[in-house]
Amino acid sequence: MDDEKKRVSIVVFSGEMDKLQAAFIIAVGGASAGMPVDMFFTFWGLSALRDAKASGGQKNFMEKMFGRMLPKGPKALPLSKMDMMGIGRKMMKNVMKKKGMTSLPELMEVAHQLGVKLHACEMSMKVLGFSREELAGTVEDVVGVASYIEDASKSNITLFI
Amino acid sequence: MPEEPTKVLDVKGLYCPMPIVKLSVAIKEVPIGGVIKVIATEEAFPPDVESWCRNTGNELLSSTESDGEFTVTIRRKK
Repeated sequence: MDDEKKRVSIVVFSGEMDKLQAAFIIAVGGASAGMPVDMFFTFWGLSALRDAKASGGQKNFMEKMFGRMLPKGPKALPLSKMDMMGIGRKMMKNVMKKKGMTSLPELMEVAHQLGVKLHACEMSMKVLGFSREELAGTVEDVVGVASYIEDASKSNITLFI
Repeated sequence: MPEEPTKVLDVKGLYCPMPIVKLSVAIKEVPIGGVIKVIATEEAFPPDVESWCRNTGNELLSSTESDGEFTVTIRRKK
């Protein structure tokens, strides 16, 4: 671990497109300033890391329900406001595209290229029944709170989104 | 007389955070001590690039605006 550099660590608790957009813009901004950036995905935030094509393997009834009801990956996330059963989401995506703004999947790709590290919270994965196999290949590792505390204690910026 | 830039980066039409992302990647192609010129249309770019330079230790040499285009020159310091 590079102790000399300023660092950023972000807890991503929310599973909504607009909040994830904010989280990844900050992450990418930190990485662009040469700062190591770590993002910890917990609870609803894990939806953003789901691989839309992967299957989760053997699951019990509750895990299957969570699996079906929660969004599969960044493209499926709702808006935190004015989602209107998906209409608002579509309109927002159209407006952003027309104005030439970067979409969430594109931002996540940029973050990956800049070396932003994505960590998944094991306990949340257990609760929601998500397996490692159904999360994106860009996920660095599956960790617990001690990893976040270590990173956050060395960070100049730490956020809970 | 202003110094000739080693590299020119066009980020016209791009929005936050992409101009800064592209700048952070492009400046690595400039030798230390060299100058990069960036042209942007986003209004947040001039204050953002000032912060970015302070944060990364690079030197902002000039920042000008004409007809809605913002042109900055930066010297790579490290």
